[in-house]
Amino acid sequence: MTRSASPNSASTNTASTGFINIGERTNVTGSARFRKLIEEDDYEAALEVARQQVENGAQIIDVNMDEGLLDSKAAMVRFLNLIAGEPDIARVPIMIDSSKWEVIEAGLKCVQGKPIVNSISLKEGEAPFLAQARLVKRHGAAVVVMAFDEAGQAETAERKFEICRRAYNLLVDQVGLAPEDIIFDPNIFAVATGIEEHNDYARAFIEAARRIRSELKGASVSGGLSNLSFSFRGNNAVRESMHACFLYHAIQAGLNMSIVNAGALPVYEDIPEDLRERIEDVLFNRREDATDRLLEVAEGHRGGGAKKAIEDKAWREKPVRERLVHALVHGITEFIEDDTEEARVALGKPLLVIEGPMMDGMNVVGDLFGAGKMFLPQVVKSARVMKRAVAYLNPFLEAEKVGAGSSAGKILMATVKGDVHDIGKNIVGVVLQCNNYEVIDLGVMVSAAKILDEARKHNVDAIGLSGLITPSLDEMCYVASEMKREKFDLPLLIGGATTSKVHTAVKIAPNYDGPVVYVTDASRAVGVSSTLLSKTAKKAAYVEDVAEDYARIRAGYARNDGRRERLSIAEARAGRLGLEWQGYEPPVPSFLGTRTFTDYDLGELIACIDWKPFFEAWDLHGRFPEILDDPKVGEAARPLYDDALEMLEEIKAGGWLKPSAVVGFWPATTVGDDIKISHEGVSTTLHTLRQQIAHSREGRANLALADFITPAETGITDYIGSFVVTAGPEIERHAVEYEKAHDDYRAILLKALGDRIVEAFAERMHERVRKEFWGYAPSEDLPNKALIAEEYRGIRPAPGYPACPDHTEKRALFALLDAEAEIRVKLTENCAMWPASSVSGTYFSHPEARYFGVGRIDRDQVEDYARRKGMTIVEVERWLAPNLAYDPNLSTDAAA
Amino acid sequence: MDRSERIAALESEARRRILVMDGAMGTMIQARKLSEYDFRGDRFVAHGQDLIGDNDLLSLTQPEVIREIHQGFLDAGADIICTNTFNATRISQGDYALEGTVYEINYEGALRAREAVDALFEDEGRRAFVAGSLGPTNRTASISPDVNDAGKRNTSFDELREAYLEAGRGLAKGGADILLVETIFDTLNAKAALFAIDELFEEIGERLAVMISGTITDLSGRTLSGQTTEAFWNSVRHAKPFSVGLNCSLGAKELRPYVSELSRIADCYVSAYPNAGLPNAFGGYDETPTETATHLGEWAESGLVNIVGGCCGTTPAHIAALAQGVSGAIPREIPAISSGMRLSGLEPFEVQV
Repeated sequence: MTRSASPNSASTNTASTGFINIGERTNVTGSARFRKLIEEDDYEAALEVARQQVENGAQIIDVNMDEGLLDSKAAMVRFLNLIAGEPDIARVPIMIDSSKWEVIEAGLKCVQGKPIVNSISLKEGEAPFLAQARLVKRHGAAVVVMAFDEAGQAETAERKFEICRRAYNLLVDQVGLAPEDIIFDPNIFAVATGIEEHNDYARAFIEAARRIRSELKGASVSGGLSNLSFSFRGNNAVRESMHACFLYHAIQAGLNMSIVNAGALPVYEDIPEDLRERIEDVLFNRREDATDRLLEVAEGHRGGGAKKAIEDKAWREKPVRERLVHALVHGITEFIEDDTEEARVALGKPLLVIEGPMMDGMNVVGDLFGAGKMFLPQVVKSARVMKRAVAYLNPFLEAEKVGAGSSAGKILMATVKGDVHDIGKNIVGVVLQCNNYEVIDLGVMVSAAKILDEARKHNVDAIGLSGLITPSLDEMCYVASEMKREKFDLPLLIGGATTSKVHTAVKIAPNYDGPVVYVTDASRAVGVSSTLLSKTAKKAAYVEDVAEDYARIRAGYARNDGRRERLSIAEARAGRLGLEWQGYEPPVPSFLGTRTFTDYDLGELIACIDWKPFFEAWDLHGRFPEILDDPKVGEAARPLYDDALEMLEEIKAGGWLKPSAVVGFWPATTVGDDIKISHEGVSTTLHTLRQQIAHSREGRANLALADFITPAETGITDYIGSFVVTAGPEIERHAVEYEKAHDDYRAILLKALGDRIVEAFAERMHERVRKEFWGYAPSEDLPNKALIAEEYRGIRPAPGYPACPDHTEKRALFALLDAEAEIRVKLTENCAMWPASSVSGTYFSHPEARYFGVGRIDRDQVEDYARRKGMTIVEVERWLAPNLAYDPNLSTDAAA
Repeated sequence: MDRSERIAALESEARRRILVMDGAMGTMIQARKLSEYDFRGDRFVAHGQDLIGDNDLLSLTQPEVIREIHQGFLDAGADIICTNTFNATRISQGDYALEGTVYEINYEGALRAREAVDALFEDEGRRAFVAGSLGPTNRTASISPDVNDAGKRNTSFDELREAYLEAGRGLAKGGADILLVETIFDTLNAKAALFAIDELFEEIGERLAVMISGTITDLSGRTLSGQTTEAFWNSVRHAKPFSVGLNCSLGAKELRPYVSELSRIADCYVSAYPNAGLPNAFGGYDETPTETATHLGEWAESGLVNIVGGCCGTTPAHIAALAQGVSGAIPREIPAISSGMRLSGLEPFEVQV
């Protein structure tokens, strides 16, 4: 994986700007300590310096051995060769830094990675510049070019840019270097030196950086910071503050890397106001007495006045309006009711509180979220603050008989009939509310009729549908067609885990004449809604764009559909997985029939949680636990994780979750693609579907789950297991309580944890099945990571997933296990499980059993399957709609 | 047809279909159980040390054998055959005291392949291509041979660069269409080879196609010198190769994730020529032609590759099965890669610009 190009430090100067920290400590000209180590030939300690830099977040390390008394070339070669043997240092790229070309060239011959050369320039004219650049290219390195030409170092913005432009043209046109491998260093010089000509140096750099990034396409801008504050030697607090201010502005102008220890710098916002203003006067050369004024305050800030002033409650001292905004942006509920009351009294009317400070705060949140500077969990926390404040104000609003002010629009949201999953829908709802939309949330399992009635009643501006299980896709098509029949023209938004742009374009959109838009994730919901609800030409253009896009997708789909050859079901069966049954002894379970586990030990399950999907539910993507320290999303992921752990403690202490499971085993054999179960008078058939894809080569089987069980004709009795596990219905009750308390954050958090716990439960029960209940792998000993990666014998496919796409198979499992009576899990009419945090499936023990996808199936199998299941073809086609290799609306002849 | 036309033909074939490389020269030579006498031929009868095992020398001393092996792979359906020059550098030939013959071995090695390919064109009208093989040598420029001194090296960039330049001259002169830097276990060696190739192109005033193929040492997915697949690609991308890929060391099954990774990131063609499975207890290779073809056929079908072939243990039967297996597949399309400064240490690092 490519590591992301932003620093590990939490400095707001650099976070999420794509700014690169180049380690500066392995530079003999910049670090007296490093120089001493090299001079004393203590390379071991010198390597430690490099290692620490990488550990502290340097993304590239600069190596410089330019010291008069050293054999720089030998030192460079020796140090780079030693680094090559240290994987935790060598993992990052090297910047080979020298003013002597022969040292650079020697360095280039020691690194296997792609390094950066620092630096070349036009100082000696074009010929040597071009010769060196050609060697850089031949070595495959990137290169820093100093703004330096035959006439000397560039000091003004104009000359800095002109030299860079000349160098850029030479490199790109004559040498053929890729623009993205060019980095310009337009020289950072000391300011506030008392010499008037120096006053404009910082501003000139920033201006040059801006022009380079906008006009010299692809090139980067770098600079060494330490010169800047040279005149404040000895006062590190002021120096660091100057560097932080400079970086803040230079990065905005386009500086994208710097040789600096950015992690050690104060956060721009935390620099005391008086100091910051005076520094900026100096940097921007804003007043003649700028240097003197900075000197005046410099002494007072000696000794780290700029560090972390934010931890305390200083914000509590600010006016109430700012306190409300602060609480919203930082998601702090602690003082919200007192502050809201104070604002209400001060402003005179409750509505003014909402329309004033509350909206200001939410606008800030919306902007930060839109700019990728805030993440979902933080936004949901902000919404919680707002909801609390609005709830506090409501009685006053009612007393004055006014509503809660004008909203950006009204959006109805629902999880469709037969489906109970609502985490994603709730998140989208919260995000929309944060952006001043009024959300009418109808909850889960909502029929088309109710959706349309409520839409009319509330006079909404758009309808959003969500669903997770595959039959919900069909239900959405139905809602769309009902909207058309009832002559709606509102925009219809589609979202949820199984939905997709292709499905929306191909299956849903053709059922409705109004705009239909697929919304990828919560962060897109606001943009899409604001465009669709605007009354301008923007809306029409967008609707047209989407319609065109979807038409293209439909056309592409029509072309590709059925492109791949499929076998007849008879041919596919002939190509079944022919396992060798002779001599096969199926493992015998330790019990037959069912066994129920109630109130399962939660602690045991918490240890098995796979956290990655938990973060994905919040739109935070990355590996766990690395995500907690991720430079970009870590600041959102870490508190979310802490809150989750805290809630798990609460759940445990309060006994909110009562995980229960029912597990059973039965003798089983296969007849064709059916699995026949018969035990103590119970007899049931499980029906499996077979791949019909025409594999282009021999040796690949057309699989069905039935292939993993012994055929009846072998006379060998095999076994099959099945299970339903659930986090228990209590979770839904507690979630509702949170919602009532205007705490969507915790409601969503609880449900997301419920999902993770039940998944962990399913994994844990499967492990116990392998080790104890079925017992065919008693000595299996896999770490949690391996369990999550499913590196064990046997599978537990679930109905509704690729190996068994038919959700109705759950009915047979539930009957076998008597799951509703045993552990209170019910099936909806569309075979979604309630409570939503439940998992069901079957166990197979054969060593060759593996997960696969049935893929698209043809009409002949659908007909055969309908016969076997005693369903009509139309019914089967409805349940298996996403798996059909043909369009059931076309006649048989046309499809063939 | 001169070389620039042949390279243009190679480009156009690659756009149209998946190209097939040949199998293992070494395996085919071993099967013939040649004697010391055979290796020496008439010319090196009096050479001062044993020459058995110096396969590359056979291009001079047993030209018919080498031509036949090439012929066998071409008949099996190979589009690209590799010259018998895997160890033909000054550094590796030093083991046989044949440093003085290196240019000749490369020149003659390229000629043997050229003869086979030209004969095929005359007989069947089918165009195949010659890849001049530049192996990794038996030294590493970025790994110390001495556990007590991590900074020590038993070769240098410049020594490697000069050795590759000498070999490359022979291959180009002998009629290679492609220079293939292969079985790269230390990227710094490869960078020296690519540097030399760039010098050679300037020297001869024309460019050959360049293929680059690395080797993953174990299941960690890294080269012997420690780079990840993407870091490796970032290190060699400047050569603007015709293709980049992976070969040797692992069987197809184990190699797949890394080929898939290259396929995602490389803005040139992607090649893969794995071994016939992992070596068995006797150092032999057990994967059958059907098995190899099944794996690589699936890669082709999944759009991962443009060029496939075999490494250690693969015979003309493997190549025939392979050619059959990928015949209908659509070649991978070269993805558009966003522009960015793509650096690397052992791991990749991208600066978005």
